[in-house]
Amino acid sequence: MLSKRRTFLQAGMAAGTLAVAAGAGLLTPRDVLAAWPEQAFKAKKYPDALQALAGSAEPASSDAVKVKAPDIAENGAVVSVTVTTDLPEVENISVFVPVNTFPLSASFEMSNATEGFITARIKMAKTSDVIAVVKANGKLYTAKKSVKVTLGGCGG
Amino acid sequence: MANKMKVRAWIDNGKTTVKAIIFHPMETGLRKDKASGKPIPAHYITEVTCEHNGKSVLGCLWGPGVSKNPFFSFRFSGAQTGDSLKISWVDNQGQTGNSEVKIS
Repeated sequence: MLSKRRTFLQAGMAAGTLAVAAGAGLLTPRDVLAAWPEQAFKAKKYPDALQALAGSAEPASSDAVKVKAPDIAENGAVVSVTVTTDLPEVENISVFVPVNTFPLSASFEMSNATEGFITARIKMAKTSDVIAVVKANGKLYTAKKSVKVTLGGCGG
Repeated sequence: MANKMKVRAWIDNGKTTVKAIIFHPMETGLRKDKASGKPIPAHYITEVTCEHNGKSVLGCLWGPGVSKNPFFSFRFSGAQTGDSLKISWVDNQGQTGNSEVKIS
């Protein structure tokens, strides 16, 4: 089943970290993630990042995906974001901040035993939407939350 | 490696909730050292794998946009009290870490 979830991530130009980890015995071959999607993480614009990550830049807006984040984040270096969805067969939840130098923040791959729920803390360079893209049953769904940032978060 | 990560995992009504924090600088590579003006090299976790009884329940692919000392939380089903949860990570400089806890 996991192989279906791995096809979500295309353009897998491994940065070599996967080879190191597999060699160190930390990630067994059966459970290994798709290669770290370098093109997606280095993309400078949100649509390019999403395209590189998911093979498509057109997810459907959905009420079944909820993005919880503060209305105002005092510290852009640490913004807590929770994405939940009750869509069945969630394969992947990814979080983007379009105004960041690198819009793709994080991508999470769910097993079939894992709930459509993830909380993470991300950096925001300035006020922006936080966009969540969920892949469920092969389709892409998206929702977003606008977060106002008073102190930019990339350490500048 | 105990001080590199804190993990709590507990079962409530058949669902295991996991809260974890990994102590890591998550340097973007965009900052400059104030004293020398030289850029601080990028140093961030790229992958995290969370395994229950040897099977991956969550795979994380991270970039420099994840906060320093990243905290994350997720939920999954199918575990029992006393089962083991293992979290392993690797970063862009090839460093690794891992921690194993019992689900309570």
